[in-house]
Amino acid sequence: MHYIGIDIGSTAAKVSVFSDDKLIENFTMPTGWSSVETSKTIKERLEKQNIKIEDSKVVATGYGRISVPYADKTITEITCHGRGTHYLLGADCTVIDIGGQDTKIITLENGKVSNFTMNDKCAAGTGRFLELMANTLGVSIDELGEMALLGEDVNITSMCTVFAESEVISLIGSGTKRESIARGIVNSITGRVYALLHKHGATDTIFLTGGLCEVKPFVTLLSEKLQNEVKTNDLARYAGSIGAALLAKNI
Amino acid sequence: MRPLIMEEVEALRGVNSVKIKEAHEAGKKVVGMYCVFSPSEIALAADAISVTLCGTTQGPIEDAEKELPRNLCPLIKSSYGFAITDKCPYFYFSDILLAETTCDGKKKMYELMGKIKPMHIMNLPQTADDEDSLELWKKEMVKFKNFLEEKLGVEITDDKLRDAIKLMNRERDAMKRLHKLNAHKPAPLSGMDMMLAQWLKGFNVDKEAGINLIERLIDEVEERMEKGIYAFDEKAPRILLTGCPIGSGSEKVLKALEEAGASVVALENCTGYKGLDVMVDENKDPITALAEKYLSTPCSCMTNNNGRLELIGRLAKEYDVDGVVDLTWQACHTYNIESFTVKKFVQEELNLPFIQIETDYSDSDTGQVKVRVEAFLETIEKPVMAN
Repeated sequence: MHYIGIDIGSTAAKVSVFSDDKLIENFTMPTGWSSVETSKTIKERLEKQNIKIEDSKVVATGYGRISVPYADKTITEITCHGRGTHYLLGADCTVIDIGGQDTKIITLENGKVSNFTMNDKCAAGTGRFLELMANTLGVSIDELGEMALLGEDVNITSMCTVFAESEVISLIGSGTKRESIARGIVNSITGRVYALLHKHGATDTIFLTGGLCEVKPFVTLLSEKLQNEVKTNDLARYAGSIGAALLAKNI
Repeated sequence: MRPLIMEEVEALRGVNSVKIKEAHEAGKKVVGMYCVFSPSEIALAADAISVTLCGTTQGPIEDAEKELPRNLCPLIKSSYGFAITDKCPYFYFSDILLAETTCDGKKKMYELMGKIKPMHIMNLPQTADDEDSLELWKKEMVKFKNFLEEKLGVEITDDKLRDAIKLMNRERDAMKRLHKLNAHKPAPLSGMDMMLAQWLKGFNVDKEAGINLIERLIDEVEERMEKGIYAFDEKAPRILLTGCPIGSGSEKVLKALEEAGASVVALENCTGYKGLDVMVDENKDPITALAEKYLSTPCSCMTNNNGRLELIGRLAKEYDVDGVVDLTWQACHTYNIESFTVKKFVQEELNLPFIQIETDYSDSDTGQVKVRVEAFLETIEKPVMAN
């Protein structure tokens, strides 16, 4: 029996497959312009690997969760991230999920979500913010992270992404080093996460999920800001889809 | 299936806007009010009609923003927008407006609104915990009474006040009985219907007819309960909704909760139970009794506001709730800051799951609100979370 978790976020779709208790497959693809199309592509790809949807249990999560017609159930990304993180870490912790559209802080108790906080409907402090700022600097998110490590602290104070972009452009114009601007951009996110995390209430162990967990310099700078080693994992970006697949076993 | 009488309740919207026009044309005076601190009794004792004014929909906000800052709570902007666009029949037919100094945003907006129609402002004390506050509030009651007597050329006698107090107490009693039906498990009325019934009663031109309608609704709901007909099944998580007021057009969080399968059993806000909890003492001097009742309102504009925690605690037990949702309208500083205290109280003292949802009247964050609400319910629903 296959248990499939599909996490269609605003930027990327993540898929995880369990064959009984074994995690056999994780893959990701851009969400693109249509979640419905993405879910079709996912189905085709799974079927090529002889994973038949009809013989499987499927849980969909993320903003595109309602666009997966073959899902047996939809569950929010909060619950799925919580479940997936507990699987990856094997312990309770505070999860920071920096998503494309929003940032979430999730507290796990006994492997279950006991409490969560989400940022408001604004891109500041999200992965999308980092992506837009990287575009403004003309670099990739990975390059931005590497540059940030070499820069000096610069303040980017705008709470609004559009204004923060103007601030970045002014800094470029004033001849500030690109590395320092990159550092300022990362600080802007880690600062938001810091406030959100502490208002929420953090436990000792902090685990980062979402695409940014693969940007090592970001994890380093976030750990510095939080004065706590932020744990993550090679599969952390799949926390949502892994959690969804595990929850599919309950159906 | 909802109770049949809910259709009549819902029809009040059309009926009342016609009735207010007829009453106005027949020479009746209308006093329009916004807040649960406003003593309707004094207006009724002046033989005027007391109505709530519109302020719960997104529609007129664009017009309000021509004069008001964008970063202001939607309730204030909506109220002002209705006032300047003549889209609210109750505002249009009001002869007098009664305002009150609750939050900073409202009191400054009232300075602008007061230029449109004759307005009386009652100065609320900032705390209810003090003897002086009650004295001040009693004086404010008298000032409002004098204002109405002068403007409407009537005499408001103690006897008239007593009659009005009895009438309003009867209305409160009926609404309270309706609300308490949902303490039953499962709840016989959806939170949406409960909200509608309570919100629409504010626009009732004919109080007696309004009380009668609510009593008929109670009868029907009780009959349905005997037959085992409920709004939700036993498994639906029971939610207490607290925070900023809601009405038709600003029900999105309540709606999202019920669409996600929760049963909103208690509405601890000014458009819900808050104003019904305390009756006016019918045996005291009427002005003192009114001052005491209205000052007891546990609103976040008061400091301290421990009464709100006490009421949330009491309702949470009485309605046997599984979680508390605190709604804050964007830029409502008093409720927004107080949410931190409410969260601590609910989580630590009541040991219940809590979530604050901050939003406005627009649809711009429907997706996010849905995720928050559904995820919150998933933390409550045991079957989903079982490993």
